[in-house]
Amino acid sequence: MNRLLSRFAASALVAGSLLATVAAKAEDTIKIGILHSLSGTMAISETTLKDTMLFLIDEQNKKGGVLGKKLEAVVVDPASNWPLFAEKARELITKNKVVATFGCWTSVSRKSVLPVFEELNSVLFYPVQYEGEESSKNIFYTGAAPNQQAIPAVDYLMENEKVQRWVLAGTDYVYPRTTNKILEAYLKAKGVKPEDIMINYTPFGHSDWQTIVADVKKFGSAGKKTAVVSTINGDANVPFYKELGNQGIKATDIPVVAFSVGEEELAGIDTKPLVGHLAAWNYFQSVDVPENKAFIGKWQAYTKNAKRTTNDPMEAHVIGFNMWVKAVEKAGTTDATPVIDAMVGVSVPNLTGGLSTMMPNHHITKPVLIGEIKADGQFNTVWQTPGTVVANEWSPYLEGSKDLIADWRAPLSCGNFNVKTGKCGGKG
Amino acid sequence: MIAFFFRKFDRMATGFVILLVVIAILVPVLNLAVPEGSAFHIPTYLVSLWGKYLAYALLAVALDLVWGYCGILSLGHGAFFALGGYAMGMYLMRQIGARGVYADPILPDFMVFLNWKELPFTWVFFDHFAYAAAMVVVVPSLLALVFGWFAFRSRVTGVYLSIITQALTYALLLAFFRNDMGFGGNNGLTDFKDILGLSVQAPTTRAALFGLTAVSLALGFLVARAIVVSRFGQVLASIRDAESRTRFLGYRVEHYKLLVFVVSAAMAGIAGALYVPQVGIINPSEFAPSNSIEAVIWVAVGGRGTLVGAALGAVLVNFAKTWLTGTFPEFWLYGLGALFILVTLFLPKGIIGAFASRFGRRSEGGAA
Amino acid sequence: MSRRFMILMSVLIGWVVLAAAPLRADDASLVLKRLATDNYGDIEAGVAALAASGLSVSEAVLNALADSRLSYRPSDKALFIKDPSGRWIDAATNTAPAEAPSGLKSVKLNNRVRRALEAALGSMTLMSSDPQKRIAAAEAVFKSRDANTLAALDAVIGKEADPVVRRHFEEARAAVLLLKTDAPEADRVKAVERLGERGDQDSLALLGSVTEANATVNIVSAAKLAAKGIERWLALLSTAQNAWYGLSLGSVLLLAAIGLAITFGVMGIINMAHGEMVMLGAYTTFVVQEVIRTKAPGLFDWSLPIAIPLAFGVSALVGLLIERLVIRYLYGRPLETLLATWGVSLVLQQAVRSVFGANNREVGAPSYMAGVWDLGGFQITFGRLWIIVFSLVVFFALLGVMKGTSLGLRMRAVIQNRRMAAAMGIRTPVVDALTFALGSGVAGIAGVALSQIDNVSPNLGQSYIIDSFLVVVFGGVGNLWGTLLGALSLGLANKFLEPLAGAVLGKIILLAVIVLFIQRRPRGLFALKGRAVDS
Repeated sequence: MNRLLSRFAASALVAGSLLATVAAKAEDTIKIGILHSLSGTMAISETTLKDTMLFLIDEQNKKGGVLGKKLEAVVVDPASNWPLFAEKARELITKNKVVATFGCWTSVSRKSVLPVFEELNSVLFYPVQYEGEESSKNIFYTGAAPNQQAIPAVDYLMENEKVQRWVLAGTDYVYPRTTNKILEAYLKAKGVKPEDIMINYTPFGHSDWQTIVADVKKFGSAGKKTAVVSTINGDANVPFYKELGNQGIKATDIPVVAFSVGEEELAGIDTKPLVGHLAAWNYFQSVDVPENKAFIGKWQAYTKNAKRTTNDPMEAHVIGFNMWVKAVEKAGTTDATPVIDAMVGVSVPNLTGGLSTMMPNHHITKPVLIGEIKADGQFNTVWQTPGTVVANEWSPYLEGSKDLIADWRAPLSCGNFNVKTGKCGGKG
Repeated sequence: MIAFFFRKFDRMATGFVILLVVIAILVPVLNLAVPEGSAFHIPTYLVSLWGKYLAYALLAVALDLVWGYCGILSLGHGAFFALGGYAMGMYLMRQIGARGVYADPILPDFMVFLNWKELPFTWVFFDHFAYAAAMVVVVPSLLALVFGWFAFRSRVTGVYLSIITQALTYALLLAFFRNDMGFGGNNGLTDFKDILGLSVQAPTTRAALFGLTAVSLALGFLVARAIVVSRFGQVLASIRDAESRTRFLGYRVEHYKLLVFVVSAAMAGIAGALYVPQVGIINPSEFAPSNSIEAVIWVAVGGRGTLVGAALGAVLVNFAKTWLTGTFPEFWLYGLGALFILVTLFLPKGIIGAFASRFGRRSEGGAA
Repeated sequence: MSRRFMILMSVLIGWVVLAAAPLRADDASLVLKRLATDNYGDIEAGVAALAASGLSVSEAVLNALADSRLSYRPSDKALFIKDPSGRWIDAATNTAPAEAPSGLKSVKLNNRVRRALEAALGSMTLMSSDPQKRIAAAEAVFKSRDANTLAALDAVIGKEADPVVRRHFEEARAAVLLLKTDAPEADRVKAVERLGERGDQDSLALLGSVTEANATVNIVSAAKLAAKGIERWLALLSTAQNAWYGLSLGSVLLLAAIGLAITFGVMGIINMAHGEMVMLGAYTTFVVQEVIRTKAPGLFDWSLPIAIPLAFGVSALVGLLIERLVIRYLYGRPLETLLATWGVSLVLQQAVRSVFGANNREVGAPSYMAGVWDLGGFQITFGRLWIIVFSLVVFFALLGVMKGTSLGLRMRAVIQNRRMAAAMGIRTPVVDALTFALGSGVAGIAGVALSQIDNVSPNLGQSYIIDSFLVVVFGGVGNLWGTLLGALSLGLANKFLEPLAGAVLGKIILLAVIVLFIQRRPRGLFALKGRAVDS
């Protein structure tokens, strides 16, 4: 109960300080927009990112702010409503005059605000792993592209677990569809037969997994080692894992590797039956390096909760924010165009003991980590890329995008340059 | 013809139409002609925002027509709105042409990267504005016709009807989420470039869309009013108040209901079509039952069975939402929830109803 | 040749050969040291070597590793086991060292190591006194199909007295013989028959691998025949299994809808806050478990029985407040209750979000809810079984209250004819308040069960509200039996459509069917008869 009470107190405090920041309209501040859903279906994931940004801005202000000015957070609630995302983005840029925005989780929210950021020439940092197939001048993608998460995970399962049969299970939307298309092409290129791949899509928030889990079990008992690659999204994961536990599928029989399940999601599940199932990310809270230890310490002190978890999208915001600070200092201004130019090539330490660099395609370099779920809801890193991986924003495994590259440096300055035709603007 | 529309016009209705015509002219002028920095300048983002409110207001008027005057509580009107929106969105997608990221002259981007080879038949003529505009009206009307024909003929009424309209929009929500349907799945349709050769992002286009929305709302209002003050409208009101008695008097109740339901669906479709270019995205979540419920709430807040009240409620609630989500991001749901509770408890006839009864003036049709 | 098979082989051979000649103590510490590393491949090999060593401590060490209680000292590679009281014990000598060791690193596990452990621990128990362990060992052999285990199996089959274990041994032996090309034809045909009798997915896969390349014509034709039999059996089984899933989904729908059958079905309130009552029940369960975890961990298995009355109380109390503060002013205006309760639901969601945070909360499963009950291939998960039983108990208890108590009598009187009931001296406002509280409380109880299978988050209620309304309307408003039948038939229909059309399309089809059904029977499965229905 004490924990609950203290959490209530903490949230009240955070809310109070928020109101205070709104009230104190100091003239001489640099405004940062925070565009994460605080209500509706995505609040589960996005609320933490809002807190992360408030924490980062607070830390930066303790160091004296940026360019001699204090930073000021402007928080709005787009309420998991996609048109509202566009409306709030416009409001942040035109009315609140923010110089950069950190926000969005789902692809659709990013697609909804993209035209707004391009039209008004402002900067968005997008912190979540996504399907790729996009590169905008005004967006910096600090989450993973499919080749920074999905493909290394499949490689790991092939080499270390000798998996020969694959279930690609996902929620029916663009990220799983694209990721599974890429994986299917990749697996076939590696010699996996079509009858050894089972693809299954379920609706958002699917909660009755009995049939599908039973099908997976059946598919997995054909004598070949089988694994599930899960792109199941958000809410549907908890009932999925609960059903796996119910039907007694253990990681030693059929391991499940997930791309959307992190420490936050596991906090809502009894993880004991899930020990050994895998996740592929670019960061785990359990990574044992001093940078991470220090970050977790400060974060838990800030939230006054010694058990508060960290996760991969949080790390993406940390990297994105630090990159932005560096680029602003390099450009000497917060104006969008010079900052966008200064961003490319900026390197900052990530929280896994390496450096992440902003590439000309507006994506960052990341290490890929494979972790197994432990009984305490954390991950045990069992494999890691030796260095960092550069993002393929346009997948070479997809017909439409295999000839495309993005390079936002002058003179090319193009998000979809076709190397075959030598023209900017798609495959035409 | 004109006289028909303006029959039995009272002061409120006159005032409302005049107000709409005035803002249809004034807002674009203040946005385009008055220089930035002037106290009278209206920034472009406000133009689009208020355009959105007015599109919602048209949806609310359509809903009030069936609920307030015929007693059909539709919890699925968002479906008609969204279908109109999708028809417009498909036109806008086809207008992007080779400017998409993959530069495919025919296929929209989402089809290219999901490896579609050719345009599905549902998309074929959507590059013609006239066809798309027709579909904006035809598709919702057709759905309303088929659904209403079944429902009203077998005398599904009251709460049963409400729940199956909800099931209808829920089924459509799930269907449009499916990528195999070919409507862009969860990502929906977005990143529009042109409408009728004009850039959707240009301030002039935005101002024009705003004006068009205001005029459409005025026209929708006039049509709805013309219906409710006619003899036809009187039969509707008697259906609302005593359906069985009306049937015993020899009226074919289901025909009346069906006609008004189809008209309302068409109006909702037009509202959706005006909404999409102004917000820049259409996605299956527009089909969510909660959206339809919210539309019902706008009508209730403004005043059921008043038409003007429905429009007012839509604008008011959405303005409150915009303001609260920006100013009190952590607490706005308390405010909105409390607003709904308080309005139902203390303003049972909505804002307009309370206003009218206070000044002892009975508004047309009066809430039940 | 699978890795598992290699391990098993080495383990078995090692066990048979070396059991008679144990290693000397200095060799023992050498074997143990192979585990003192952070390289998974080395740990895996070390596990196999240790299992093969026949050391007296190996079972304790391997068990400790499986439970993550094993650590090593990097300086001298000595292994230590943490015993349940938290003391460190030297693994080589099985004694507690004089002073607590420092600088320990734990021996890490991954799936490969876990698999090696399972195989090692499993095969060490082929002659275990526990029949369950012997069965597990037989299944391990069934999976590895290692010809070298044949001798060991033959030896144990003869001595086995337990018929169930004996059957498992024989099946394992059949699996080995089936693909052993140098075995006599008669034995192999017999093996085919054995596997045909076993009749599960694994046997089918095994039989499928018999071809002309590795067997005679007789064996192949026997295998084909047996495979056909299994397929028929499996098809039958999957229909039964589907019916079970449908029943289980139906029970979830029943739980979600049953409170609504009172507040909406009986009272006519379009209660959009119903889902939030379910959510409050789920959060009550979470709080109960939190308290138990910190204050009395031993009571964890009792957390759900404790949570049930509390969830009922919390939701009923909130329901009572809602009724007294809001709904009582709205009787006779049913459609407006929709608006007010929608507002209530927004407020409750946000309140829960403010207090508990927006994230999912963890609600654990008590031990009796975990696990599967295998009835010859027909699998019943205990969690689902309990939920079905629970939903029926709640249903019949509610029915009993409505039909068998004076409160129920008064409730029904008020519903049928409010004014007449009032004239007979029934205090209708009190009855209204209690009815709404009862409906809300039942929703809270449902939340306890749903917390076991779904997210415990502020959105929990929203995901059930539409389905709940559909169930009540489909079954017929105002009739509890209708709700039961509606929930079960929707659950069954959904599960039989899912394999045919996929989860999404199946649900869409079902919704269309409901819409059409309502056209045929505008008042649901069980329409109330009489004047009360004329709106």
